Amino acid sequence: MNKPVEPRLLADSEPARARWQREYREGVAAERAIANVSGIPIAPLYTAADRRPGGDDALGYPGQPDYTRGIYATMHRGRTWTQRQLIGLGTPADYNERLRSILARGATAVSLIPCNSVYRGYDMDSVELELLGTCGVVVNDAEHMDRCLEGVDLAEVSCAMNDPSPFTLLAFMLVAAERRGIDWKAISGTSNQSDYLSHYVANHMFYRLALPGARRVLMDHIGWCRQHVPRWNPMSVVGQHMQQAGATPAEAMAFTLSSAVQNAEDCIARGMDPDEFLPRFTFFFDISLSFFEEVAKFRAGRRIWARLARERLGASDEKSWRFKFHAQTSGVDLTRQQPLNNIARVTAQAMAGIFGGLQSLHTDAYDEAYATPGEVGARIAVATQNILREEAHLTDVIDPLGGSYYVESLTDAMEEKILAIMKTVDDAGGMYKAVESGLVQRTIGASAMRFQERVESGEQVIVGVNKYRSDDDAEHRPPVDRPDREQMQRHRDEFVAAKARRSPSAVAKALDALTRAAESDDGNVFGAVVDGARAGLSNEEICARLRRDLGFGQPLVVV
Amino acid sequence: MSDRGADFRPRVLVTKIGLDGHDRGSRIVAAACRDAGMEVIYTPPWQSIPAVVKLALEEDVDVVGISSLATDHLIVPKLMAALRDAGLGDVRVVVGGIVPDDEERSLLASGVREVFHPGSTMDEITTRIRDYAREARRARADAENET
Repeated sequence: MNKPVEPRLLADSEPARARWQREYREGVAAERAIANVSGIPIAPLYTAADRRPGGDDALGYPGQPDYTRGIYATMHRGRTWTQRQLIGLGTPADYNERLRSILARGATAVSLIPCNSVYRGYDMDSVELELLGTCGVVVNDAEHMDRCLEGVDLAEVSCAMNDPSPFTLLAFMLVAAERRGIDWKAISGTSNQSDYLSHYVANHMFYRLALPGARRVLMDHIGWCRQHVPRWNPMSVVGQHMQQAGATPAEAMAFTLSSAVQNAEDCIARGMDPDEFLPRFTFFFDISLSFFEEVAKFRAGRRIWARLARERLGASDEKSWRFKFHAQTSGVDLTRQQPLNNIARVTAQAMAGIFGGLQSLHTDAYDEAYATPGEVGARIAVATQNILREEAHLTDVIDPLGGSYYVESLTDAMEEKILAIMKTVDDAGGMYKAVESGLVQRTIGASAMRFQERVESGEQVIVGVNKYRSDDDAEHRPPVDRPDREQMQRHRDEFVAAKARRSPSAVAKALDALTRAAESDDGNVFGAVVDGARAGLSNEEICARLRRDLGFGQPLVVV
Repeated sequence: MSDRGADFRPRVLVTKIGLDGHDRGSRIVAAACRDAGMEVIYTPPWQSIPAVVKLALEEDVDVVGISSLATDHLIVPKLMAALRDAGLGDVRVVVGGIVPDDEERSLLASGVREVFHPGSTMDEITTRIRDYAREARRARADAENET
């Protein structure tokens, strides 16, 4: 037991409260109403009176429902978060060099960001050379993937890939693993960007198939991975795009949870058992600079998900209730002006995510608001995580902000707000219908506009942009590192030559197998994609065929 | 059409070329131009260069605004050449988004009128677009007088 505290100069609580209220009013000449980005009013002080009934007992313990304090008993004191830096640039050889350097510096997992041409479903011979490899690595077939991951033990390191439907990159990686003699059962990682709903709403870059086709291929993907790559997380439900597009933190959390419910109910409708697939659902969020709001967003989301999984989706295994998430510091908050300031911003964002109980973290490079991150920026981003973890001792205590009057009250308020937004989605017939009708897009567009107004009115300060400006910051913007065009041209020539060497009849046969899977109700489209990758089909060939068979629809644009 | 007074309504095409689909910026700028009294022609992302030229011609625009968040500005010089080839050399082109300093210089050298960086206010952007629209109308009127 702790010893009782020494007698202190404490006054009786009621008169003390009245005195503080009086002195506070006198002290702040003109009290202004403050609300966070989600619209929750923020009081100047929180006390025990703001706690929900039950006090500390109602908070529970980490690793136990409702997981307000974290999904594992040990949290970061046991195993710290996965340090997963997004990388991707240039040719497969360029990518491999950057990957090895980042693994040597402390990154513990692989991520792969492909070129925008890959996202859009084009091979490099269909795209202007200027645009190849500037935002991600140019991977068009299994051979390229094998070169990207040269020297990386695929049975050991977890790989996350930005890989929208129909998941060609995972198919390429599985073929590469097979050629190396690696058992697929040993492979772990995540299909990032598998959430077609968030792409349709907010990240058109990843959009390839019309809504019904995307919905079907996702179900095939989840079912197939369960059977053949059981350690793979086939579903990453994404709030990050929506928040970057302007959703408030509460809206982003609400729409993400509604998407998760939609996808889970679709799986159940296909006859899958929630306890079979929910343990492999993961989430991906943005962390903005609204520090306490972000901490509360994650704590509230975690306990809402536990209830949804158990009560609404009928899962009985605790593993299904755990809200596992990766988070990325918000790029929208970073500034081109005085770019070194972004290191401070990323540090504060990362701390909010860590206190929010994340499982995996990407910290942005300071030069991200200026260009695709360079080597120095990427190194500082990794170091920021190392410093927070090992110098600042942020991992010593589990849920260190738990029990704070403010944080607990805000967690309750965010929970209420998130549930109210989810209700509007349910009233619209669920997330699929709410996206199809544009409800979600309009909500996010309006919030983006409101945020812009807050910045332009000066209500939201951005240092170096609308306050504390200076004109002498250009020297801190590093030179931009674009891929070497001659090397890219060689990469393209080799690819074109390799495609020409394939047997035309084998290619036609593999494409027909894709069509057969797409046209039959019980065929598995993702299984056919893996077979196609093995037969040497390229990203564009697979995407184009499935667009033809399953339909291509441009996302709804709402201004 | 007059380029002076309250009845002057610039015609602006707000679009994205290339591969990227991040459209938060282009949507906000399009709405700001509309609210500032301009005729706005807005397209979804991923337009091809010929599609933009065709639209600029058919819609008789004064200014083309290209939003580039993920290096798509690297093909803007090709757009400039295509506009000139189509006889639209008097249309003013502005770019907004993530554009590094040295690439901004090459865009300006290719004829782009201005590059707006993150942190620009809607007021700054719409005021400048209005100025460029006036320039475009005058250039067109001069060209017509010469012929």
